[in-house]
Amino acid sequence: MSDTATQYEKPLPVPSDISAPYWEGLNAGELRLQRCGDCGRYVFYPRSVCPYCLGERLEWVSASGRGRLYSYTIVRRAMNPAFAADVPYVFAIVELEEGPRVTTNIIGCALEDVRVDMPVKAAYDSVTSEVALLKFEPE
Amino acid sequence: MTGIGEMKPTRSPDGKSTLGIWTDVSREAVLDAGLSIGDIDGLLIGPPITEQAQMWPSILGEYLGVHPKYGNVVDLGGASAAGMVWRAAAAIDAGLARAVLCVTGEASDVETFYAPRARRATQQLPYREFEVPYGPMGVNSGYALIAARHMYEYGTTSQQLAKIAVDQRTNACANPDALFYGKPLTVDDVLASPLVVDPLHLLEIVRPCTGGAALVVVAPELVKESANAPVWLLGAGESSRGMMLSQMDSITTSPITEAAPKAFEMAGVSHEDIDLISVYDCYTITVLVTLEDAGFCAKGKGGPFVEEHDFTYRGDMPLNTHGGQLSFGQPGLAGGMSHVTEAVRQLQGRAGERQVSGCEIAFVNGNGGIMSEQVSLVLGVE
Repeated sequence: MSDTATQYEKPLPVPSDISAPYWEGLNAGELRLQRCGDCGRYVFYPRSVCPYCLGERLEWVSASGRGRLYSYTIVRRAMNPAFAADVPYVFAIVELEEGPRVTTNIIGCALEDVRVDMPVKAAYDSVTSEVALLKFEPE
Repeated sequence: MTGIGEMKPTRSPDGKSTLGIWTDVSREAVLDAGLSIGDIDGLLIGPPITEQAQMWPSILGEYLGVHPKYGNVVDLGGASAAGMVWRAAAAIDAGLARAVLCVTGEASDVETFYAPRARRATQQLPYREFEVPYGPMGVNSGYALIAARHMYEYGTTSQQLAKIAVDQRTNACANPDALFYGKPLTVDDVLASPLVVDPLHLLEIVRPCTGGAALVVVAPELVKESANAPVWLLGAGESSRGMMLSQMDSITTSPITEAAPKAFEMAGVSHEDIDLISVYDCYTITVLVTLEDAGFCAKGKGGPFVEEHDFTYRGDMPLNTHGGQLSFGQPGLAGGMSHVTEAVRQLQGRAGERQVSGCEIAFVNGNGGIMSEQVSLVLGVE
């Protein structure tokens, strides 16, 4: 009768003024990171100051979207009921080519084929019309 | 430390409230220390995980009739209890208090622990924005990530991790107060239990329950008030890092590498002097990483080390002789306190069937978050 089937009930990020460019990037299919204009290091998650040198000149740059799987687990029981239909799923940390690590999900890969250190590339999962989550699939 | 009080963990609250549990264990600890409530002039509290309030020291102080000259909440997660011990000693040393009551525990069960929390969307905390949307299973998935990476870097196996749970269960079977008393376990049992968050099986994961524990830290002149042998804080060290694993340089090495050496150095003892290891064990991997980072074995060698040693109360390296939280139960922050109370009990020679003979020096470690907050203690008899 109604079209509530497309309702997304999992927790969504609430972007801040500081993180908005990151989420806008993902929504446009682009991974953006901050880079410190003082020490040159890439920064994730988005911040108002560089966590390595306290510098304030953080600039948004495009990242390659490539990385390697740092570690992963297969979640077989959902703690939040909104994820119940997804189990088992892969919850993971990916180390980006630029250095920072991100928490994510691995998609497009059979569970038994997931390996620590496997090369992965960004997959932009548009879960609503406004929000895309950064996930990864095998390179 | 002279007096302790501890409630036998139960699977559910059975009508008990957190404040009621705190009151019971506080009374027991104060009496065990040979003191009256008027002697207590310091109050340190570990906040409940499943209840929210402010000014906990005032709430409990009012209920117990304590007027603290020193009051605080110690918010280091599972490391809170160990963190209280040195804070109490420091306050006494500074002349601000003479007898500090340290209290933990809560009325909880596995259902309320895992129930969805009230939405707090206004709190724009980084982990809510960058982790929660991807579906972590509480901290379970975090420790699973540590275990998986440890296996990758060092070749650690599930059999080795399971052996930790098995030895601790043997200890719990000599502790009538343990939640899993009378239920022996084998490595095959652990490996046959369901995978919850790979590579961790159900029996490698702590069980939230109801319970509580308190202890009293006193100035030297009050030691004689108690019939118990005093246990002395010989050394302490603390080190913490951020909450999110993605932000840590390495997830397989913890800040215990800083906390433990500080505690050993202050105490002037070495690893060979330790008669009891009583360390936080929310998961099997927690114990393995702790043994490595506290220097009981080389980094990455925790797996073979576990195979080579007998961690039971009658073994060559007694560890978590009360059963650890994996087999004793995890009543909120009183789970972390159980490692302290067990060390006190063993050092005082009050551990009954599981008493370690000649127990004079113990190493205690408290662990909060996902191997984030770390407090190491070295405790000893005179």
